[in-house]
Amino acid sequence: SRPSLSLTEIEGKLTLLCDAKTDGSFLVHHFLSFYLKANCKVCFVALFQSFSHYNIVGQKLGVNLTVARERGQLVFLEGLKSAVDVFFQTQEEPHPLQFLREANAGNLKPLFEFVREALKPVDSGEARWTYPVLLVDDLSVLLSLGMGAVAVLDFIHYCRATVCWELKGNMVILVHDSGDVEDEENDILLNGVSHQSHLILRAEGLATGFCRDVHGQLRILWRRPSQPTAQRDQSLTYQYKIQDKSVSFFAKGMSPAVL
Amino acid sequence: MAAVATCGSGAGTTGSAVATASKSNVTSFQRRGPRASGTNDSGPRLVSIAGTRPSVRNGQLLVSTGLPALDQLLGGGLAIGTVLLIEEDKYNIYSPLLFKCFLAEGIVNGHTLLVASATEDPANILQELPAPLLDDNSKKEFDEDVYNHKTPESNIKMKIAWRYQLLPKMEIGPVSSRFGHYYDASKRIPQELIEASNWHGFFLPEKISSTLKVEPCSLTPGYIKLLQFIQNIIYEEGFDGSNPQKKQRNVLRIGIQNLGSPLWGDDICCAENGSNSHSLTKFLYVLRGLLRTSLSACIITMPTHLIQNKTIIARVTNLSDTVIGLESFIGSERETNPLYKDYHGLIHIRQIPRLNNLICDESDVKDLAFKLKRKLFTIEAEVQKGVSRATFLLDGPRKKLFPCLFQLLEVACIPWLMASSSIFRASNIFESFLCYQLWVFSASLFHF
Repeated sequence: SRPSLSLTEIEGKLTLLCDAKTDGSFLVHHFLSFYLKANCKVCFVALFQSFSHYNIVGQKLGVNLTVARERGQLVFLEGLKSAVDVFFQTQEEPHPLQFLREANAGNLKPLFEFVREALKPVDSGEARWTYPVLLVDDLSVLLSLGMGAVAVLDFIHYCRATVCWELKGNMVILVHDSGDVEDEENDILLNGVSHQSHLILRAEGLATGFCRDVHGQLRILWRRPSQPTAQRDQSLTYQYKIQDKSVSFFAKGMSPAVL
Repeated sequence: MAAVATCGSGAGTTGSAVATASKSNVTSFQRRGPRASGTNDSGPRLVSIAGTRPSVRNGQLLVSTGLPALDQLLGGGLAIGTVLLIEEDKYNIYSPLLFKCFLAEGIVNGHTLLVASATEDPANILQELPAPLLDDNSKKEFDEDVYNHKTPESNIKMKIAWRYQLLPKMEIGPVSSRFGHYYDASKRIPQELIEASNWHGFFLPEKISSTLKVEPCSLTPGYIKLLQFIQNIIYEEGFDGSNPQKKQRNVLRIGIQNLGSPLWGDDICCAENGSNSHSLTKFLYVLRGLLRTSLSACIITMPTHLIQNKTIIARVTNLSDTVIGLESFIGSERETNPLYKDYHGLIHIRQIPRLNNLICDESDVKDLAFKLKRKLFTIEAEVQKGVSRATFLLDGPRKKLFPCLFQLLEVACIPWLMASSSIFRASNIFESFLCYQLWVFSASLFHF
């Protein structure tokens, strides 16, 4: 889906990626390669996997993260590696993941400062990149690391103010849906981000269980949070199967395996 | 409008991701050349490590878990840089066995071990490791190095054991270059093998008494100490490539027992909303960070059945790479169920990681049972209710088929009929025919 950012739009879009009973990381890989190919400046807060994982999958999808990072197009925060740095060595300046060293759940201000610094427009002669993008994989990890849902929502709010409103860029956030497990903090987070989103992509496992040919179902929901009296939100549902280098989508019940 | 990810033109093959291993931040996810262990390598850096092999799917370097059946279910083995979480069975009878097989595999392959426990002294754990079943081929390989000295009292217990009497005198490499071994649960690993191996133990009661100044953060002191210990070993012995003095080309196998139990100082097993509810998840995150940047693999057993707060279990699962759960039949109603009489419990593959890939190696068979035979721990596809009797019937006299169908319908439970994927699971034409018949028959049964 091409994000349409015409001159009449006054803000960038917030896209929420959500997965329930399945792994929605294929959506993250898609958006990462999509925005890099669209020549956007991307700040990727990658909390879940290592850099080389995203790089190798990115190469299958046609982008080279190492080159993008060297060119300055991609600013990559590798959560796992940074956590080790923060935990075992005292840092001189505030580190984006500074909260790991703190006893009480603080706030995510250092992380926000990192994002703002990464995406701020550089005063060079020509505009190298089209628009900035913030990508987060994934937000639920911050809850596991001791942050409260409210602190994480504050972080999203600050990022949205800077990235979407001020810089007219886009945000793509992945949040897990805990489903049956009553993870209150996660539910608060998910609801909070849903209300602010323009587009929600929800990957769900099939209700009947595992199937080799259909990996899950993708629900697409368009919302307009800025207009409270908007017409009914539009939604579509597709089923998908993930392959080695791509994902194939088909209408419900139309999987090639069944037809 | 669907969001279709376009297939990239493939800028650069995946094989070109082999970066030079001399860089200080070597990650364990580099693609290694698929060479059999032991052969000479042409490139200066593609040295193969004993007991590892690259995955066929994504070139990920794998080590054996110590159970070849489990290796197969996990897509070839446990990937280096990842953590395998085992949800303990209720009475903690079978999970220690998997734990010990993992460690024994490390000794047999010549890997370095790091054993952490709050309940048992690691030295005692190592004494109780099962003995490997080495076949004659690997014995022959070994003979060339070993001084062939027949002693009159060579006939000690196992036929294999006498070869190892000469071990302590010489520097040995791995005992066997095979990937994955079988272990005899009724016998102990030879003492010489333990003495020749390189291992580090972390026994919490010993470590916690020393007064090391720790900054207060929301991890329990036991976890902090363990993380520092692991990080220290990884750095000192060069498993992450950052130590200029140490050039390590070996794998570190980390085993952590009963993580999360009250003996570690964590209260998630005692209280629903404990004071340190993030301690364990933070620990796992930092641990995974350590693993990703070093040549190590970790196995953790956790008494998840004791954890009161289901949220924590879900978060722990999300933060682990591979998760399997053991459910033993002891004390449950299934113990007397004739369907399960050959098995000791069920093994659930809860999560398989997607590493360097959009897809993962999920096995098609979801119902797996294990049994501990006299010597071996085996995993088999569980005979499912309804289908189970059918597969037995196929072997028996065919003419008794139809009367047994009625019995089958009594046994067959509705969820089986509704699960659409079960029909695809039938392996040969005859079985699929039988499944189809059952479907049609029962559908008509409910129509009057």
